[in-house]
Amino acid sequence: MPTVLEALVSFFLLAGAGFALIGSIGLVRLPDFYTRLHSPTKATTLGVGGTLVASILYFSSPGHVSLHELLVTVFLFLTAPVSANMLAKAALQRRVRSLDVPGRPEVLDEGRQRGR
Amino acid sequence: MLSIVVPIALAMMGVAMALNLWRILVGPSAPDRIIGLDTLYTNTIALLVLIGILYGDSSYFESALLIALMGFFGTSALCKYILRGDIIE
Repeated sequence: MPTVLEALVSFFLLAGAGFALIGSIGLVRLPDFYTRLHSPTKATTLGVGGTLVASILYFSSPGHVSLHELLVTVFLFLTAPVSANMLAKAALQRRVRSLDVPGRPEVLDEGRQRGR
Repeated sequence: MLSIVVPIALAMMGVAMALNLWRILVGPSAPDRIIGLDTLYTNTIALLVLIGILYGDSSYFESALLIALMGFFGTSALCKYILRGDIIE
């Protein structure tokens, strides 16, 4: 493999794996469920997309660009926001505790309490 | 260069998946565990891609695509279940 292509593949692999690791560290370390929702949907999706770009570069040869991995990337980019939306809806319905005042699930009972 | 970088990336993905497992075990609520499982699905896609690059065989993307599909269905089914109590009404 030519050195420039190998360096490019290595860069995308390290960047992708680094982003996925940062996303998972955020999933462990963030203090609240609604903040924890951000890190896998953005950082991990971006990290896996970077790894898939590296594999597109690795498995392409002159005259044939392998677009198989692009399918997985597009699917992931389409379904990660849908999953996050459903998870947030499920957490709101179950009154999962939020540390941030405007995000309190008690606002769902706004008919009962006034002046808050 | 790739023979050094691919094991490093594999080790990073392994640590990321262990952290996801921690969140599944420890998450104080059910949506926490579901999001740990969804992230585990996504990290498995990256792991399979890395193994495909390690072995030089491009047929591991079929299983990566399958896991992406089934992972999304699994997360949707779990969320629908804890939202409504029933998956198909």
